[in-house]
Amino acid sequence: MLNFLAKRLVQIVPTLFFVSVLIFSLQHLLPGDPALVMAGEERDPAVIAQIRAQYHLDQPIPVQYVYWIKGVLSGDFGESLRNKMPVLELIAQKLPVTLQLAAMAIAIAFLIGIPAGIVSAVKKGTAWDYGANLFALWGISTPNFWLGIMLIFLFSIELGWLPASGYVPLTENWRASLAATIMPAFVLGNAIAAILMRHTRSAMLQVLESDYVRAARAKGLSERTVILKHAMRNALTPIITLGALELGTLLSGAVLTEQIFSIPGFGKLIVDAVFNRDYAVVQGVVLTTATIYITLNLIADIAYILVNPRLRG
Amino acid sequence: MTDTAFPTSASLAAAETLESPARRAWRRLIRRKGAVLGLAVIALFILLAVFAPLIVPYDPIATSWSLVRKAPSAQHWFGTDELGRDVLARVVYGARASLLAGVISVGIALAIGVPLGLVAGYRGGFIDALISRITDAMLACPFLILAIALAAFLGPSLGNAMIAIGVSATPIFIRLTRGQVMSVKVEDYVEAARAMGNPRWRIALVHILPNILPALLVQATLSIAAAIIAEAALSFLGLGQQPPAPSWGSMLNAAQRFLTSAPWMAIWPGLAIFLVVLSFNLVGDGLRDALDPKAR
Repeated sequence: MLNFLAKRLVQIVPTLFFVSVLIFSLQHLLPGDPALVMAGEERDPAVIAQIRAQYHLDQPIPVQYVYWIKGVLSGDFGESLRNKMPVLELIAQKLPVTLQLAAMAIAIAFLIGIPAGIVSAVKKGTAWDYGANLFALWGISTPNFWLGIMLIFLFSIELGWLPASGYVPLTENWRASLAATIMPAFVLGNAIAAILMRHTRSAMLQVLESDYVRAARAKGLSERTVILKHAMRNALTPIITLGALELGTLLSGAVLTEQIFSIPGFGKLIVDAVFNRDYAVVQGVVLTTATIYITLNLIADIAYILVNPRLRG
Repeated sequence: MTDTAFPTSASLAAAETLESPARRAWRRLIRRKGAVLGLAVIALFILLAVFAPLIVPYDPIATSWSLVRKAPSAQHWFGTDELGRDVLARVVYGARASLLAGVISVGIALAIGVPLGLVAGYRGGFIDALISRITDAMLACPFLILAIALAAFLGPSLGNAMIAIGVSATPIFIRLTRGQVMSVKVEDYVEAARAMGNPRWRIALVHILPNILPALLVQATLSIAAAIIAEAALSFLGLGQQPPAPSWGSMLNAAQRFLTSAPWMAIWPGLAIFLVVLSFNLVGDGLRDALDPKAR
């Protein structure tokens, strides 16, 4: 276990290094002189010279990278050109909103995806199975921004049940907060529910054909006990770790969902930054997302080993 | 005579072995109703995109102030938008941007990803470690966030959106190709090719690549679906196809502002994205089953 952990941690270092190189390189994709782009409308040579000096743009690229990574490692992700606020502070401000949305989306995905997958496997070849498979195809193929718009049309405009946009913090008014986030959370959870359903179905089908399930049936246990106590436990272990890895899908989805529902979270931060050419924020958001993803990947790996005695060694 | 009239199981088995893998896969693919339906819908959208000027009588960018936000009617089946443009014409012409973006961006991902995956999987050692770590780094950035960041830095246009989506989809193909090459390169026929003195590039291109094509084909089909959604998402955010050129994503963006007065503006482009993406997913699933060697 310790060996595995050490090996995994060692592997993370070069990955993080390449992530940082990738994100640093982004600013060199800007057509023309980055200093001119950063200066925006401002064409004063003194301002451009100051930007060039501030971002070390007059230095060779490897030197620029060293300056940049030194800043990042000490928590300095730069400053937002628009808000004149440190990028890290902006991210810390917006992240909790997206985390609330993500937690609700994951809960919805598990509540729909896992029961649908189990029913589909247990009732293989029946109308239930076809229904669940159709649901999965629908979930995977529906663009979440379209689903969001359609839900707003139905539940906010036609029925008037839920607010079309906006966000209320959970601590301020939990009812209003849930009302404002339930639609975007469903939009985000829908696609993950479909993925979870497919994985649960195939894991359950595999487990249901295994010898120990046959033995449990031979002992005369009821089908309910066989499925809930024996099959499900083993089938769901990898699924739960998979749920953690769907964070990438969640964060990608949050970009558009937050835009549609005007939720001031992490996703909206990157879109606003893109439109305001606030490149330090774009870099900061991508770096934070990648770091969270790599960390969760590691946690999922460790959790998988912890729950699977055969892998502990 | 009897033999020709009533084929024995032995002759049937012989016919099965003589059939080329591509033909067998095709025969098995068209037995799947979902995949056939998907192929038919994709073919329909390709025809719509190619023959758009012959199919719709309206110019997709011609505005008309007397036709602003008119509900669907006999003249304008899908209604008109906020500038009086025909929504049907824009949906049909919009298929061009979506299908092109899907195919070209996956083409970019294949063109970069497959050679890198082949080198990593076949050569191993330092080069493999280097390519694998870069792939891990790219996979750590969520697909759409990376595509948005790339498109933002490259500048908004359909071409740049395709590059951004293609580059963001590349690591999946590197990883898939590498994994496939590693399992195929220990097969006897590859060992035999090596023993015969074939150069490395020839073994990789002639003996390994054809055997990993089925897995790549399935992934490419499913990736086209993801790329079409990504293009629509980038256009929705204003980073893809630029106005007034029609694109399903930018149509949805405009529709969002007129949801109360003109909901039809949102229904049709969204439905078009859904149908095309669903069809590619159906074909991808069908191909996976048809090409699965265990199912033979």
